[in-house]
Parts: sequence; structure tokens; C-alpha cells
Amino acid sequence: MTASPVALAAKPDSALRAENVHKRFGSLEVLKGVSLTARQGDVISMIGSSGSGKSTFLRCINLLETPDQGTIWVNGEEIRMVTNRAGVNRPADRRQVDRLRATLGMVFQSFNLWSHMTVLENVIEAPVHVLNENKAEATDRGMALLEKVGIADKRDHYPAHLSGGQQQRAAIARALAMRPKVMLFDEPTSALDPELVGEVLRVIRQLADEGNTMLLVTHEMGFAREVSTRVLFLHRGQIEEQGTPAQVFDDPRSERCRQFLTTNY
Amino acid sequence: MDFALLTLGDTGWGDELLRGLVTTVALAVLSYLLGIVLGLIGAFGKLSGRRGIRLLAEGYTTVVRGIPTLVLVFIIFFGLEAAIGSALDAFGYTGQVFLDAFTMGVIAIGLLSGAYSTEAIRGALVAIPAGQIEAARAFGMPPRLIFRRITLPLLLRIALPSLGNVWQLTLKDTSLISVMGLTDLMRQAFVAGNSTREPFTFFLAAALLYLVVSAVTNRLFDVAERRFSRGVRRA
Repeated sequence: MTASPVALAAKPDSALRAENVHKRFGSLEVLKGVSLTARQGDVISMIGSSGSGKSTFLRCINLLETPDQGTIWVNGEEIRMVTNRAGVNRPADRRQVDRLRATLGMVFQSFNLWSHMTVLENVIEAPVHVLNENKAEATDRGMALLEKVGIADKRDHYPAHLSGGQQQRAAIARALAMRPKVMLFDEPTSALDPELVGEVLRVIRQLADEGNTMLLVTHEMGFAREVSTRVLFLHRGQIEEQGTPAQVFDDPRSERCRQFLTTNY
Repeated sequence: MDFALLTLGDTGWGDELLRGLVTTVALAVLSYLLGIVLGLIGAFGKLSGRRGIRLLAEGYTTVVRGIPTLVLVFIIFFGLEAAIGSALDAFGYTGQVFLDAFTMGVIAIGLLSGAYSTEAIRGALVAIPAGQIEAARAFGMPPRLIFRRITLPLLLRIALPSLGNVWQLTLKDTSLISVMGLTDLMRQAFVAGNSTREPFTFFLAAALLYLVVSAVTNRLFDVAERRFSRGVRRA
């Protein structure tokens, strides 16, 4: 995994690439050089205990957290970073970041649906105002997506009046409405009551079956095993183990990964 | 009490009072709007990452809220023209600066209203869940779009009750500008009371007119509050 960035960027089929990402919060070094490549159609699950850095890494990819070091390519395009005089890393071009973010569909642990908009308004908001789509067309597509995730009847409800599972399915529809190149899921079922987890996982599984490129941070080991093309195990800010689900779950080389799976799977 | 004194036309003072009322409402509305603008600037200033800006915003609200309104009014009226004059002198302009009582009233009451709005808006900004803004950023919304589509509606939802209070204070505080000779409702009531030797009648009439305006506008704020509270679950 030490190929030069030039060679890496030259591969056109990488939907997403991160190279040597570092991030620290104060004195705590959360990411100590994490790299990843996702090709079209990959479903990559990131597992690991709390504090292992998997969510932070996901949030670095769309720059909700700014990496202190490292490079990120989205659809083969490098996100340009500059370092200011104080040594702080930041994006060189805010508009480039916004443009690339619009191609990454993010689903949050706590849904984060906009509370002052109905479900349908949530779904069409970014297509209309960021992609400048025609409102009628966005509405038609939005309805089709709500149909797909099974909450078309809730189109005019406000998020506060939905169950967690319904909110998360609405949030997935909202992300899909942007026609993202890659979907990012940040522990999408961790805030849900156990009986609501299934309905959300069913939707994510369907998206995986349809060939969407997805990056998934999860604690649902069984699910990760079933849907992933590749599994990464993070430990203390580094990738400790990675491979196919069978390799990681049945025959982990790392002792820590083995221990983690014993207690969590 | 002689109600004939309150009729419209040459014999009564009713038309003078109503003209004063128009001035009062205009002064209050303009001061309030100026206050909202100052409040937005002040609130973002207080939450700024830069210490200098934070201190400036902090100083503004501390000073304006800390001195009696009447003193603030006097300082603006006697200090502002001189201050603007000397500032213009520095640029080589030597003419007289003259601001009428209405303009200075808007500035003085606007400054006061802005200090209260700053607190209301700052509290609301802090209360907006971070995830709401984060979701907008994650979908590629640029900052100004986020402010218009996400921050502002959520801010109004949270801040409207407090901003309604600020409006009431602003409306009532305009009466202080009457001491500077602005012929607002308060001034008209004072003049009428003096010339007819029936001050009670006219101050009572003025009180009722203030009350009507504040009751009607209160209703408007209620409507706006309901409009912006859509989607809030009522326990």
C-alpha cells in the first residue's frame, strides 16, 4: 500500500481514495495514517471498538473533519489542501470541497434530518438548491426514492413525528437524491431501538445489491459480513486488519482483531 | 374627563395623537429592524473565533444594556453629531452635520434594541443542533445557502419568543425620544395635556394607544411563531 500518489491517481476506477490520513484532537492522535481505496461497486465496512477512529476517518473523507495530513481523492480528483503559517491544514478551495461533497451521500448516526422541513422537503432540498434541479422533477424523483425506502406515505410529515427507523430511511433517501457516486454511512443503526434496526439494514442491503459504492462504519458485524466486499478493522487510529469478510471474520491474522470479534461477534 | 378633547379636527386633539402614533410606530419599526441587523452582527461577533471581535461585541452589549436608556439617548443626541462632524473633518469636510430627532431616535433606540436582540439571537444560534448544519455542509451547501435555508429558519424558531419581547421593549422605549422634541405619541400627549390642563385624559389615551399597538403586534408574533414552529413536537 505504498504506491506513489501519481500511480494511484492514474487509476480511473477508484471512486474514493485516501492516503496516509492523520488527525489529532488536541493531544489525542485519532488517526495515525489510514489509507483506503474504494472502486466502483465496492462495499467497504469499517469495524472496530469505540475510539478506534473509524467515524473520524469517514468524516475526514468529506472533510467534515479536516485531516492534519494526508491526501484524499474523490472520483479521481484530489482535494487540494494548504497549510497556513500556524501549520494548520485546510482546504485550498472551499468550492471544490462543496462540489465534491455533493457527490458523496452522507448518512449520519443521528439522522440529522432538517427539523423545519417535511420529509419530502428534506429530500429535494439539496438537489434543488445545490444541483439546481427543477423542483417538479426533484419532487418526482424524491417521491420515487421515498417509495423505495418505504415511507412515501410520510412525505408531508416532519422528522419529529417519525420513528428513528423512518427518519433514517428518509435520511438515506435524502442522500440518494443527490445521485451520489459514493454513499457514506456513519453508524447508521447505532441510535436506533433494536426492533428498528432491521428496516434500515434492509434498505442498505438493497443499495449494496444494486451495486452502489458504499463506505459503512458499523457495529453490526453480521450485516458487515454479509454485504461487504471488503472489511477493515481499525485499532487505535490504524488499519490493523483488512480483507474479504471471510478472511477478516473467519481467519484474522491480528490478535487484536481476533479479540475484538470474540467479544463483538 | 372630557372626551370631546379627543375628537378629530380643530377642536379635539385626536388627530394630533394619531399623527404622533404614526411617528411612534415608524420609529419603533425602524429601530427594531436596525436592532435585528445589529443583533445578528453582535451574535455572530460574540461567537466569533477571533478574540478582538468577541470583545467588541461583548463591550457593545455590556455598555448599552448597562447604562440607563435615557442617558444613552442623551449621549447619542449630544454626542453623535459632534462625533460625525469631527470624523468628517478628518476627511476635509467642514460643513455642518445635522441629524433630525427622528434619525437620532432610530439610532439610539436601534442600538438599545440591538443589544437585546444580540442576546436573543446568540442564545438561539447556540441552541441549533450542530448536526443540522453538518448535514447541510455534507451535501455541499455553501455557507450563505446554509444560513438562508437552514440556520435562519431554525434561528427564528428558537429566537422568535425572545425577539417578540425585544419588540415590546423597543416600542415602549421610543417614548423616551419625546424628551428630545420628537413629536411622537408621548410628546403629543404631553403637549395636549399641558395646553388643556387635562394631562390625565391624554396620558390615559396615550396608554391605550400604546396598548393597542402592542396587543396587535403581539398577535403578529404569535402567528409568526406558529409559522416557524412547524415540525416541532409538542409534548
